Amino acid sequence: MEKAKSIFFAVLKYGSLLLGSFAALMPLVVVLFTSMKSRDEMANTSALTPPENWLNFDNYTKAFVDGKMLVGFMNTTFILTISIVGAILLGTMIAYILSRFDFRGKNIIMALFLFAVLIPGVTTQVATFQIINELDLFNTRGAAILLFMGTDIISIYIFIQFINQISNQLDESAMLDGASYITIFTRIIMPLLKPAIATVFIVKGVNIYNDFYIPFLYMPKEGLQVVSTALFKFKGPYGTQWEIISAGIMIVILPTLVVFLSLQKYIYNGFTQGAVK
Amino acid sequence: MEGSSLSNTLKERGNGGSRFALSFSSLSYKAQRRVIIILFSILPLALLATFSYLPLYRMVYYSFFSWNGFSKNLNFVGLENYMTIFTRPEYFSVFKVSLYYFFATFIQMGLALYFATILTFKIRGKNFFKGVLFFPFLLNGVAIGFIFMYFFRPDGTLDALLHVFGLSEFIQLWLGNPDLINISLAGTSVWRYMGFNFIIFLGVISSIPRDIYEAADIDGANRWHQFRYIIVPSIRRIIELNVILSISGAIAVFEIPYIMTGGANGSKTFVIQTVDTAFKFGKFGLGSAMAVVLLIIVIIVTLLQNKLFKEKGA
Repeated sequence: MEKAKSIFFAVLKYGSLLLGSFAALMPLVVVLFTSMKSRDEMANTSALTPPENWLNFDNYTKAFVDGKMLVGFMNTTFILTISIVGAILLGTMIAYILSRFDFRGKNIIMALFLFAVLIPGVTTQVATFQIINELDLFNTRGAAILLFMGTDIISIYIFIQFINQISNQLDESAMLDGASYITIFTRIIMPLLKPAIATVFIVKGVNIYNDFYIPFLYMPKEGLQVVSTALFKFKGPYGTQWEIISAGIMIVILPTLVVFLSLQKYIYNGFTQGAVK
Repeated sequence: MEGSSLSNTLKERGNGGSRFALSFSSLSYKAQRRVIIILFSILPLALLATFSYLPLYRMVYYSFFSWNGFSKNLNFVGLENYMTIFTRPEYFSVFKVSLYYFFATFIQMGLALYFATILTFKIRGKNFFKGVLFFPFLLNGVAIGFIFMYFFRPDGTLDALLHVFGLSEFIQLWLGNPDLINISLAGTSVWRYMGFNFIIFLGVISSIPRDIYEAADIDGANRWHQFRYIIVPSIRRIIELNVILSISGAIAVFEIPYIMTGGANGSKTFVIQTVDTAFKFGKFGLGSAMAVVLLIIVIIVTLLQNKLFKEKGA
């Protein structure tokens, strides 16, 4: 009886996990199948049938070249690198002064950053659009870079937590040696912040790579398309050519998969740390 | 004479960086402190002001005007834009769509909690399951939109699956039927975000010390007791937080329906409506008023949440 019960629960447990994994993977696997099918195959086989030729990359070439994906990847890399480096620099700087010094207005600064996350991003674009326009940044990479570079309360919290763990005695002994606050920041605080920087880098990186509406709204020019907007354009001309669209989808997903498999542990930590606060 | 003073200036400029560092470190710590506070906060605050608060202020301002977004004429209309939102059904009814996403969040959190709980205990292939369940959350929104357009299209993945299981009679126009479209889209949203709730629940549950379970085992508690009396209390706050966040989340849904259907067939959400009103139909005043309404809802929900947590003495 006991044994039957435990077998029942094991079946339930593994059964539900397999079902969950199936639900998570099935939509992706089918797109992978489709991306390697020819036009004819596509018309004559079920969506669930694997491709005849597993090495048929014709659709990939077509998606990559005709969809100008290279431009997308270059723009995304450029925007992502500059805005993350900027965001990390600005975030650590403000976190440093907020955690190490007491000064008037400190709580107001915290409150301003906190309230800012409540403002729903998509809707304020109505007004942000005008500001970007007035700054002559419409249809430039600068628009996306500036909008992504602003630091947010979650990064600030993560940095502050880390800085609070760094003993003040380190600062004080450096001060005895005559180090300035800037030296303390660059030589002592920054190097010890590496794990926090990795966390923020990953979370921001994933968000920027996946972001759609900022480049969509502010950089409609073809030469400025990023990965998301390049893929979105497949909707028009390839409307019914799902084998091409599928190849485009796989091209966009591949970098995410590689990053996930190689940085799994950091990614889990990054998202849990950022959210539990 | 002229030339030498010019070269002197150039030299000074060239040394600017190190001169600054030198003069900075020669300041007293008190003076340094003042300089560094200003230096280190000015850029982050400038960005915050320009791209968070200035838009907010402008948005509230525009909401009292009738304006097409580029003309020089802004006509003051008072509260007319707000009246329009709450009296014209085509603007107000989109809130109904949010309900689908709101209920979907409960399914999403239920699944996340279930998987997080069973993966906390000893299990084969733990890392594989964890990775697979979480992975969708990392994917590009446009890619997810397209994957599910293919999933739901006639003869797409879902229809093919139903066919295999002999359920062909249930095949529907998943994105063409106005009664089903929001369920399909909310389902996509569950697929996308479940992994995020899951990984957070898993993180919190794993932080419960092992020996508590062992002690419970000795006392003869079964898995259900452990779930009910150890796991649930420890993640209660995070569940409550998520429930409340899901209200504002459900109203702010944008990407998935915008990419997949563009808001067709009754799948328009409040945010799609807002973006369309402003950018497609050139009614910036009305669009701004809608954005303000959304912000007020989010603020109310947040205040409510803070109040609830404070009352519990957390």
